[in-house]
Amino acid sequence: MKKLTVGFIPLLDCAPIIAAVEQGFAAAEGLDVKLVRETSWANIRDRLLVGHFDAAHMLGPMAVASTLGVGHLRAPLIAPFALGLGGNAVTVSMPLWEQMSGEGASIGAGPRVQGKALARVVESRARAGLEPLTFGMVYPFSCHNYELRYWLAAVGIDPDRDVRLVVIPPPFIADAMRTGQIDGFCVGEPWSSVAAEAGVGVIVTTATAIWPLSPEKVIGCRASWAEENPERLDALIRALYRAALWCEDPANRPDLAHMLGASRYIGASQNLLQNALGNKLSLSAGLPPVSIPDFYFMAKHHATFPWVSHALWFYSQMLRWHQVEEAVGDIGVVKNTYRPDIYRRALAPLKLDLPSADTKVERFFDEGLFVP
Amino acid sequence: MSEPSLRILLVDQNADRAAILEEGLRDAGCRDITIVREMHSLMRRILEVDPDVIFIDLENPNRDVLEQMFQVSRSVRRPIAMFVDQADTESIHRAVQSGVGAYVVDGLHKDRVKTILDTAVGHFNTFNKLREELERANQALEDRKLIERAKGILMKERGVNESEAYGLLRTAAMNENRRIIDVARGVVSAAGLMK
Repeated sequence: MKKLTVGFIPLLDCAPIIAAVEQGFAAAEGLDVKLVRETSWANIRDRLLVGHFDAAHMLGPMAVASTLGVGHLRAPLIAPFALGLGGNAVTVSMPLWEQMSGEGASIGAGPRVQGKALARVVESRARAGLEPLTFGMVYPFSCHNYELRYWLAAVGIDPDRDVRLVVIPPPFIADAMRTGQIDGFCVGEPWSSVAAEAGVGVIVTTATAIWPLSPEKVIGCRASWAEENPERLDALIRALYRAALWCEDPANRPDLAHMLGASRYIGASQNLLQNALGNKLSLSAGLPPVSIPDFYFMAKHHATFPWVSHALWFYSQMLRWHQVEEAVGDIGVVKNTYRPDIYRRALAPLKLDLPSADTKVERFFDEGLFVP
Repeated sequence: MSEPSLRILLVDQNADRAAILEEGLRDAGCRDITIVREMHSLMRRILEVDPDVIFIDLENPNRDVLEQMFQVSRSVRRPIAMFVDQADTESIHRAVQSGVGAYVVDGLHKDRVKTILDTAVGHFNTFNKLREELERANQALEDRKLIERAKGILMKERGVNESEAYGLLRTAAMNENRRIIDVARGVVSAAGLMK
């Protein structure tokens, strides 16, 4: 058995990593995987870089930022596997929801309607000389940050001038809303449901409503480690691929929810996890969970394929929001962070029908297109 | 000291550990040390202190909050997570192992950073050892209490004296290839069921 240490953060999309170990997919590939739970994305990155972890559950944009040396020294990471699509949602506090309702927002409406209502609230607050609203997200280089910013900007709210964006670790996010530190947030499951069920907020839109088939976490590893350990990496990718298929099968949902609910993994209510895995969300306390069919995919729609267009879109957002200055050669570096070539190499023995292109056109709710 | 003292900010929610680290850094000649325990005042304190070096414990999920502050603030000199450029790999490795994260502003001399990082790591390890010892001591105390209760039960049920009761536990442990504490736990829980 080949030993492998993999770090993860307690979030729903770590599911394929946990299932790969618990359901024996890793062992079947000859891997003896040790899982280590972490408390922050910064720890995940640093422990990967110093070699404590061989691979880790990671924010897609974090792999790009580390490779570019933004906000940290240049340390090349690669993303050869994606951990699903979608899964994020935007939640607003009860007081903000009341104001938005007064401006035309309604439970279950689309991102444009909710966004316009929010824009009117933001405007009237500015006219009244009130403090700008504060929104929480999980990390500066995260899909949550960029999805939130994209939505706000598309409905006419400048995310840097008209509102404040702060980072709050997901486990603290519902409390931060309850105590009024934040008026809204964008986060992955189970944390949106936790806040909604606790009655502290209302889920107003999902990431997949803003950007259908939007990416989320990836498996990150050091570029040098990947080069030196191709067999190990390929075995891990095959184990994760099979685990993702297993996780997506509705028949396995109760077992998966039970597995993830354990305190050593996510440590959340099984009921809540099972709903989220089944694409059901309680948008507000007291309302029955509603089915949102395209909320979160673990395997379908090539959800595990590391699209280079995702990496390029993250980079475009880093430029758009002035996190990074444009530099010659950076586009090439960004493209090389996402590695569909390794994904295809690892899965070749499975004889699957995999995408032959590395990029695709990305479409957004406001009819925006990203053509790589 | 000819060089100006570095301004150091410690972000640690554990007051004991922060105190140990502060003392250690003072002994190493650092005079300008600020400790922050409340996350909500962190941004303001960073602006006030304008630190050269920031230490944060790696158990703290708010590490991600700190990194965001460096990103958004144009006024704060941007410290970056310490990595191989500012110290040797070995130092960094030890730091992560001992649970300390360091952020250093650009342009500091590598040797100075290394000295101060090694001091911090040393004191983090001291704290880790103390914590382990404390946990062991607490566990030992709990174990003793449990064995006392098991002896009491045996003395009452079997009409033996204290040393005979202990002898019974020890013999059972040897015969069953278990630890005395596990046998004692069995006795106590069985007695609970009989009630």
